[in-house]
Amino acid sequence: MPFQQIKFYQTGTFTVGNRLLNPEDRSVQSHQDRSNAINSGHRACQGCGEALGARYALDTALEATNSQLIAANATGCLEVFTTPYPETSWQLPWIHSLFGNTAAVATGIAAALKVKGRREVRVIAQGGDGGTTDIGFGCLSGMFERNDDVLYICYDNEAYMNTGVQRSSATPPAARTATTMPVGPNPGNEFGQGKFVPAIAMAHEIPYVATATVADLRDLEAKVRRAMEFRGARYIHILVPCPLGWGTASHDTIRMARLAHETGLFPVFEAERGELVSALPMRMQLPVEEYLKPQKRFAHLFGAKPKLDVIARIQQRADRNIRKYGMLKEEVL
Amino acid sequence: MFKQIEGSKAVAEAVALCRPEVICAYPISPQTHIVEALGESVKSGALTPCEFINVESEFAAMSVAIGASATGARSYTATASQGLLFMVEAIYNASGLGLPIVMTVANRAIGAPINIWNDHSDSLSQRDSGWMQLFAETNQEALDLHIQAFKLAEELSLPVMVCMDGFILTHAYERVDMPSQQQVDAYLPPYEPRQVLDPREPVSIGAMVGPEAFMEVKYLAHAKQMQALERIPQLAAEFKQVFGRGTGGLTHTYHGEDAETIIIAMGSVLGTVKDTVDEMRDGGHKIGVLGITSYRPFPVAQVREALAHCKRFVVLEKSLAVGMGGILATDVRMAMSGRGSLRGFTVVAGLGGRAITRKSLHKLFREAEQETLQPLTFLDLDWNVVNKQLAREREVRRSGPAAENILRDIGTVASKIA
Repeated sequence: MPFQQIKFYQTGTFTVGNRLLNPEDRSVQSHQDRSNAINSGHRACQGCGEALGARYALDTALEATNSQLIAANATGCLEVFTTPYPETSWQLPWIHSLFGNTAAVATGIAAALKVKGRREVRVIAQGGDGGTTDIGFGCLSGMFERNDDVLYICYDNEAYMNTGVQRSSATPPAARTATTMPVGPNPGNEFGQGKFVPAIAMAHEIPYVATATVADLRDLEAKVRRAMEFRGARYIHILVPCPLGWGTASHDTIRMARLAHETGLFPVFEAERGELVSALPMRMQLPVEEYLKPQKRFAHLFGAKPKLDVIARIQQRADRNIRKYGMLKEEVL
Repeated sequence: MFKQIEGSKAVAEAVALCRPEVICAYPISPQTHIVEALGESVKSGALTPCEFINVESEFAAMSVAIGASATGARSYTATASQGLLFMVEAIYNASGLGLPIVMTVANRAIGAPINIWNDHSDSLSQRDSGWMQLFAETNQEALDLHIQAFKLAEELSLPVMVCMDGFILTHAYERVDMPSQQQVDAYLPPYEPRQVLDPREPVSIGAMVGPEAFMEVKYLAHAKQMQALERIPQLAAEFKQVFGRGTGGLTHTYHGEDAETIIIAMGSVLGTVKDTVDEMRDGGHKIGVLGITSYRPFPVAQVREALAHCKRFVVLEKSLAVGMGGILATDVRMAMSGRGSLRGFTVVAGLGGRAITRKSLHKLFREAEQETLQPLTFLDLDWNVVNKQLAREREVRRSGPAAENILRDIGTVASKIA
């Protein structure tokens, strides 16, 4: 493996793809023989957070399993943009069945592998937030409670982007979608609705639950690697900004993901068997406006008459997450 | 080996002899005893290697079967009625992907009104789903058809439903000839998949297909079912060689040779129909029976041949195409198009478990012979009850829920039993 001495200004950055780091500290992506689970040439939008998250997650899982991996994929952007046949981006065995049954299909794959005595081959199921928190939720919960040997990854971009940005149960309050328009007395998505599936996954007391964002890809890699150390049901929920649906610049995907974490709106943590074991600390807490303002889906909160009451309610949600998950350094478990 | 055994248990034993590798179970009456027995076989270690998975819904049951089958495992599940409807999206997916899953359908009515008893509206609702559908007349045939179904499914890489009448067959204790493991192994080779998820040879399965190829993919499914029309009789013949019994095939005729009137039906009601026909033949009536075993693919040529010399036919079916009449009858009439002089009658009977009695059939078949039967008849329909409700709806806007009104009009079931 090519190796150069690290210069002082390059240390401690853990920049993804940094080939100057010690080999053991390097990202999977810095390896010349990385698997490229999702090959180039796919048709994701520019700046797609999901394409980025999925490639990192699967490349890491492939490395962790010595490429003995099968993936089941829900209907959605990831499925559509990776398989414009006769071209496919997938460099591993991959199946798409339906929108709402991916966890169950993965259970079937795991069962077949078990009965055939192929314990070395592992199974990943993956879908967007719609396929996970809404239509696929029954199958997901069933897979969890049976503790089937599947890692389920949810790429959460907080709405049904593939069908044109409609609300899902992962859409945050006040966000504009095609079905929660910024009109009427309570513009955007309702407060007091929606669900946070990582917490529900924890309630199943499965071996491993984690959240991550595409802002910290090393953290994501570490969590996928950790997940593959367990047998049984595992769940990783990755926040993947969507420039199209959020109304953000393509080059701001990573920044938006980082702001989601650093405002406290998206808690990044790990849990084992229902117990929180770590939370990714924030360097400092940023006000939620910094995250909301660059996004057109929240544009109705700003302008000439900012909706300060709504912003304050969003700030309360962030503060609660920080308390609940111990996201500020001194509060970390 | 002869056994006096419940139909569900007989089917479970036959399925176990087929060495399924993944079984998904979700309970719904009247299918429960089948998966219960299989679950016990797996848990006791009698059936191994096999994974028995208690899933959270029928939709998951079929989805787990899809994943397992795509990974090269022989996969089986069983359902009925609402359960079949709940898995419909996955049913079409399994056939569309060409996965040879075998599923027992313990035929049961579809609600509302909720009803657990037998008719054929559940599997017939999946007529166009791309699954083959084989209907058993007896418990012996139900058992035998499962063994044939795995072979048929895997050869063609298409899923098969084995349909057996809920309760009438599933819960009936009858003598069956249970084959040995050696016999089944001699007949049914190990599953060799056409496509498999395996890191040694990665493939993508389930890509989007646009207008440029969708027609061709769909036509292939049809072409495969046409191949099945050739293969099903051969599989029955091969089955007879190994097991010594002539079960399966596309159709069965009974006294068809000189019949002027032919009764067409599927499933266990054929027993009652044949008994009635025997009695009528004793009285000199030229009447015969055509039993349809393979509903999908539909054996058009065999139906035409069986009806070639009769004067009239009666399709007696436990299903209703609301707004049209018969479901099976539509297929039979289509098969007989061009035979202008042939009179066809559709009889909807036995919905929701309504008993089909010899007494009613005698009257029905005589009316058919005299051609006084209406083109569409609802056997033993209580017109008083129907008319009373229709009158109520004319008179009062808020007439209330129809089913509950009718139940109130009829009174307790016990009072109906003579």
